[in-house]
Amino acid sequence: MEETDRNAPTDQVPEGGVVTEDPAEHSVWPLWEVFVRSSRGLSHVHAGSLHAPDAAMALRNARDLYTRRNEGTSLWVVPAADITASDPDSKGGYFESPKGKSYRHATYYKQSEGVPHL
Amino acid sequence: MSPEKPALRAVDSSSETITQEAQAAAEDARVGWEQFQQLIEADQRVEPRDWMPHNYRKTLVRQISQHAHSEIIGMQPEGNWISRAPSLKRKSVLMAKVQDEAGHGLYLYSAAETLGTSRDEMYQQLYTGKAKYSSIFNYPARTWADVGAVGWLVDGAAITNQVPLCRASFGPYGRAMVRVCKEESFHQRQGWEILYSLSHGTEAQKQMAQNAVDRFYGPALQMFGPPDDESPNSQQSMAWNIKRFSNDDLRQRFVDMIVPQAEALGLTLPDPDLKWNEDRGHYDYGDLDWDEFFSVVKGNGPLNHQRLAHYRAARDDGAWVREAAAAYAAKQADTSRGSALLSA
Amino acid sequence: MNSAAGFTSQDSATRISVGDALTPEDVSASSAVAAEDTARYALMLGDDCLILAQRLGNWISRAPELEEDIALGNIALDLLGHARFFLTYAGSAWGKSEDDLAYFRDEEDFRSCRLVEQDNGDFGKTIARQLIFSFYTHELYSRLVDSADATLAAIADKALKEVDYHQDHAAQWLLRLGGGTAESSRRVQAGLDAAWPYVEELFADVEPTERLAEQGVAVLPSALREPVLDRLHAIITEAGLNPPEAKGAFGADRSGRFSEHRGFILAEMQVLARQHPGASW
Repeated sequence: MEETDRNAPTDQVPEGGVVTEDPAEHSVWPLWEVFVRSSRGLSHVHAGSLHAPDAAMALRNARDLYTRRNEGTSLWVVPAADITASDPDSKGGYFESPKGKSYRHATYYKQSEGVPHL
Repeated sequence: MSPEKPALRAVDSSSETITQEAQAAAEDARVGWEQFQQLIEADQRVEPRDWMPHNYRKTLVRQISQHAHSEIIGMQPEGNWISRAPSLKRKSVLMAKVQDEAGHGLYLYSAAETLGTSRDEMYQQLYTGKAKYSSIFNYPARTWADVGAVGWLVDGAAITNQVPLCRASFGPYGRAMVRVCKEESFHQRQGWEILYSLSHGTEAQKQMAQNAVDRFYGPALQMFGPPDDESPNSQQSMAWNIKRFSNDDLRQRFVDMIVPQAEALGLTLPDPDLKWNEDRGHYDYGDLDWDEFFSVVKGNGPLNHQRLAHYRAARDDGAWVREAAAAYAAKQADTSRGSALLSA
Repeated sequence: MNSAAGFTSQDSATRISVGDALTPEDVSASSAVAAEDTARYALMLGDDCLILAQRLGNWISRAPELEEDIALGNIALDLLGHARFFLTYAGSAWGKSEDDLAYFRDEEDFRSCRLVEQDNGDFGKTIARQLIFSFYTHELYSRLVDSADATLAAIADKALKEVDYHQDHAAQWLLRLGGGTAESSRRVQAGLDAAWPYVEELFADVEPTERLAEQGVAVLPSALREPVLDRLHAIITEAGLNPPEAKGAFGADRSGRFSEHRGFILAEMQVLARQHPGASW
């Protein structure tokens, strides 16, 4: 399987010449995240990702890939690089506070149980 | 999306700092390891930004990308029949199916990308012949009945393998498999129905169907991988909840499933040792030709070269298109930056 | 066979359904029988779609990028669907099925235009062909929805929505190839130049379209010439390319007498069906 791949990144300068640019670097399309609204009244939900050269094509590719079986009525595409995510390592601190605050939930209030319309 | 490069500043920092950093990293890894183990023990999902052992990541990238490559190379044998499908309905079905395979490859590449390996990197591995894909696609699809046999047996084996993977411990892999399984449920049925039409058709059609089943039965059973005692990676994959059942368990499940399906087709499975075992409650089946299997895996299958050449030609022929679209996007971005500056 | 039932998901992003739209089976099941002329017209429209679907299907596994395998596959599937509508309806006049017409007619009995018979060439050539054909069919179907023939109108209504996307796909790519690199611009211009001699045939008032157009059943091909060419010129210019000025190639009569491609296309498409005449699949 010894094949020369002209798109493969070169890690050495070929004899008699200097590599000024890696052609592959320019033609790799960025990653986009796709969100699908399956029907009116529901939120857009993350469906997956794809590659596209720009937003217009990302939207069309998303339509072709993620709604082939009538899955959606609306699509969002977002450059994957533009998503800011919470840090998974700090999940203890970040998501601890809401736990234990049972008074935020209706089930905490027992005295009113059985009272109509409460 | 490429993994971060090691920081160069380590060169001029004092050895003391390096020791402190190493200790901190070790501590992070210890905490990460514990959290990872807890997730696995509780049969919960690991998500891309969680800490995970190096080998877990490596195993997943290997498995998911091989799976993706199989979908991509798998487009070829059936794709060859799109132009010759014997009815317009069958042509539509086949076109939709082969197109689905491109989609499944894409879902899987996406899942692997969340682990920090770019799709382009995986493409390169396939392009250069370093990556493996399912050996069965190195066999030819010579007749229309082969399209049926591929759907029934090859997709059937794939689904048997994939349904448990919907619960794989790595979240994006499991989610991709749910999507794939939902879509593939039609693939196996359409294959079976092609064979049903043939086996209930003319004598020549029936012969064609039997001949295809004869050729695809063995390789389809081998799709589950080598026997358990020769499959070194399986144990670890099962401990990590990536794999849920062993190769032999899945193979048995598949054999038990296809025997009655073959009877309904009126076709014979080419295995003289195939018979119901009352004690085990399963069908016994004969030895498979593992020498042939490993030979094909190593690149000596009938069509290894042709499949890769087809793939490479598509990548090569499309390079100028990918470059053009990227160049156009860059120009558009420059233009809009320019007009933003002007209006500011 | 329902091994896929082993999983469940509440994820609304993977909820799938068949949707509600016209299918070839609907056309077949309806009691509508095409009149002789109408059937010949439907056959002509269907042959164009069938041959182009046959050509386009060859891109699957050969496209420049995985996403494009899927896009071209969708378009080919749409076109195959349109072909099946038209052929099924045409066949109702003669007691023939879509497959009788697709697989058991000889070269000289097809009515496809030479544009769709052209080979795929590179992606630039395919996009040029897609652009012309989708702009043409869009103008055509947007008038055919008002046909006096209810079945043709219903087919046009379904097809128009899909062709709307085909147009967009071709136009988006034309802009990118035209404005991408020097090479892409050269290639897509070559594609347009190669296709252009076969554009005129789309607007030829071959039998029986003139008669049918008078009855409000068909759209007169020559009436489409100006709107189609105007829109093509506009998008080609916007893409920084030159609208070709080539004259129409001689023999714009859809007869097949002036095409070498058709025989090869049919030989491949029909080979298996003809090896087993009378068989069902």
